[in-house]
Amino acid sequence: MASKIIFPITRVHEPLKVEVEIKGNQVVDARVGGILFRGFELMLIGRDPRDTALFTQRICGICSGAHAIAATMAQQQAFAVQPTRNGQHLQNLIFASDIIQNHLRHFYGLALLDYVRGPNMPPFTPRPNGDYRLPQKVNNELVAHLQEGLVKAAEAHELMAIFGAKAPHQQTILPTGVTERADVPSLMAFRSLLVRIREWVERYMVEDVLTIAHYYPDYYEIGAGYGNFISYGMFVNPTTGKREFQDGVIIGRGPLQPLDTTGITETVHYSWYEDDEPHRPPSEGITVPNVDKADAYTWIKAPRYKGLPVEGGPLARAWISGGYRRGVSVMDRLIARVQETEKICRLAEKWLEEIVAYGPSYEPFTVPAFGEGVGLTDAMRGPLGHWLKIKDGKISHYQIVTPTTWNFSPRDEQGKRGPVEEALIGTPVADQENLIEVGRVIRSFDPCFTCAVHTIDAPAAKPVVL
Amino acid sequence: MLSRREFVKLCMSAAITVSLTDMLLPIMREAYAQAKAEKPPVIWLELGSCTGNTISIGNGFNPSFVQLLRDIIDLRYHWTLNVVQGDQIVDVLYDTAQQTAGKFWLVIEGAVMTAENGRYNYIYSRNGQLVTGLAALQELAPKAKYVIAVGDCACYGGPAAAHPNPGGAKGVWDVIDRPVINIPGCPAHPDWMSGTFSHLALYGLPKLDSYNRPVMFFGRTIHELCERRQQFEDGIFAKFPGDKGCLFKVGCKGPVTHADCPLRQWNHYVNWPVKAGTPCIGCASPHFPDGMMPFFNHLPDIKTRTINANVKKVGKTLALLGVGAVGTHLAAGIFARRIHKHYVEGTKPHTPLPPENEIQLREETADLKQREKALATAAKELSHNKPRRRRRSWLRRFADFWQNRRKE
Repeated sequence: MASKIIFPITRVHEPLKVEVEIKGNQVVDARVGGILFRGFELMLIGRDPRDTALFTQRICGICSGAHAIAATMAQQQAFAVQPTRNGQHLQNLIFASDIIQNHLRHFYGLALLDYVRGPNMPPFTPRPNGDYRLPQKVNNELVAHLQEGLVKAAEAHELMAIFGAKAPHQQTILPTGVTERADVPSLMAFRSLLVRIREWVERYMVEDVLTIAHYYPDYYEIGAGYGNFISYGMFVNPTTGKREFQDGVIIGRGPLQPLDTTGITETVHYSWYEDDEPHRPPSEGITVPNVDKADAYTWIKAPRYKGLPVEGGPLARAWISGGYRRGVSVMDRLIARVQETEKICRLAEKWLEEIVAYGPSYEPFTVPAFGEGVGLTDAMRGPLGHWLKIKDGKISHYQIVTPTTWNFSPRDEQGKRGPVEEALIGTPVADQENLIEVGRVIRSFDPCFTCAVHTIDAPAAKPVVL
Repeated sequence: MLSRREFVKLCMSAAITVSLTDMLLPIMREAYAQAKAEKPPVIWLELGSCTGNTISIGNGFNPSFVQLLRDIIDLRYHWTLNVVQGDQIVDVLYDTAQQTAGKFWLVIEGAVMTAENGRYNYIYSRNGQLVTGLAALQELAPKAKYVIAVGDCACYGGPAAAHPNPGGAKGVWDVIDRPVINIPGCPAHPDWMSGTFSHLALYGLPKLDSYNRPVMFFGRTIHELCERRQQFEDGIFAKFPGDKGCLFKVGCKGPVTHADCPLRQWNHYVNWPVKAGTPCIGCASPHFPDGMMPFFNHLPDIKTRTINANVKKVGKTLALLGVGAVGTHLAAGIFARRIHKHYVEGTKPHTPLPPENEIQLREETADLKQREKALATAAKELSHNKPRRRRRSWLRRFADFWQNRRKE
């Protein structure tokens, strides 16, 4: 049995250390660690509650829109305000363009280079030896698409900036809507750009992922994991009040269950924090960092749903909404992500029809001295929650649980592995020096450690009733 | 090839309707083809960052991000882009640093985590040992030709260093003992990055201000260039973000933020915050975010020992001083300092860090006095604008006197 450490795993957002045990030609055990600590939640204490959306989105450059939306939802509850109809639509459009951008950038910029020989120049060289199966002609075609795909990702951020002022880190979202007006020129600009991106996705991206799947069919069998899924749902539709993407939980590829947010707990057994309780709900979390803790190997806490590790992301949403249920594997995650990109483009086009041009996109509001709110939404990579409490007009408690915390959580106190650690078990290894297969499994989850490893909690507070 | 003066003019140009980077590509290509400049090898390290600046530079390039790599820089190490992983990529990093020592550029994204001697942020392992971001920076920086900090975190600590700063985040120039070129912004605008990179490749170091920012991008305030400046002058103020009118009273930090967003705008000239009705939050400022929060409260009234200026006067004073860039800078400095003190309650420790020695203390006091004087003068001039009582000439008075005498 050989133990291998890969650090850093490249083509993910921020540092990630992976330790795998290899026996025969298979991975038999894995530990995944996030190795950066910034402590955003503690910084929020004492600040103006209106600033949370703008401040928390700076946790992450790739999914800034998601943090803004979750923070805004928490504000809406705490301030007891509702967005205007147009405002909700515009928020959805900003968020949708950020997701489209993320999926394009992940597939073409990060994941594709695992399967395709990239352009012959740094940083795409040097390349690991072996296991590139595409014929030269197909390979060249995909490299051309790769370059175009990155341009499309930049265009999706242009889309976000039309109503969000700038991207990354939009600046217009308020609890009651969006400061930018929905005037006819910007709606037209949005529509034309959106249609262009959607057509490109349909024509190339969907094809490209199937091409990859055709040449790498064994990846339908690799990286399965538990088959437990969770989603908070995404995009509140102002007309129906429901979410366009359904929330729910699936355990062991079973039937869909309703989401029970009281079942969420966090444990720090293998993380660099001290705690006397085995696990706590996130709204009660306390955290004392301890870099010298024995056995610990990550800054990420281990969230569990009713004691079970669960996976979030496009595949989870596809299983929960029933759009795609072929299986659970590396390739399924890639395909679900691409299909979701197309679906979101279409949804965004539908919302554009419903917006009333020049209608009120926000309304003034005041901030109460006391209040609390919870913002739960799915982000690009899975479920994202923000918990907010206001006291004397200032933030007294803030808590964030991000998608990558769910996916890349370490073992819990019972020794049960996190979803990615479990997915790595059984991964074949051809060359122990390269471990290219391990990288493929990890990248299929689209890890983002900038989000996951920001956490240090505020001092203990009472539980929030969801 | 363009002359340096022409290049800087191009960068500062107000008439650009396409992104600056689009225009730079052919210039760079020509320069490299004629061997007038050498394509620099670049090591891009991410420390305590959000990857936002990498995303941002990817957004700036049309036709494609790959062309940036082909035509402007030779990006050897960047873990969000490199294909190989683990030990192999660490070898690439060290090979580049060794083979091109003294030639490569070190680009840093994200703040340096210094708490626990940097143990809050490991970035790779070498020979079985975990290496902290702090150690890697200290090892690589002396060998680099230029050290460039992109984004507010790398420049000045930024959001990562917000109070109480549990990770001990610091800007690169606070940690290493050599000049750093700072390109702030949250994230930095792609044009600011590519423009500075191009200038470095073609002409060497650009002109920097006291915060080590390239003057060609950060020489003027947002307020100075703002499209809603006229409404400020006319006293038309928005009551809530999103309303028409100048956003000063709902928290715009444009008057104290040096950047050219109004000219350049964001994401291929699509939009920028004030155009979208939301106040500038000063994300390119060295004092972001603590000095700029709360984002939706206006700049504080200024209280110094000698004068009391209120919000209404701030604009007039700034306009007065704004005639020269130096004046604006001075005023901005005072505001920044005052805001810092103003918001100390709640988000910052009550006492600012003490000066390290007596000389520093004396310098700081002298500096503060000088700034106060400048503002006092400006305020005085304002009060002199009242119509003066005209004195009658001695001839007129004599004539009046004579007339009155005659009447009697």
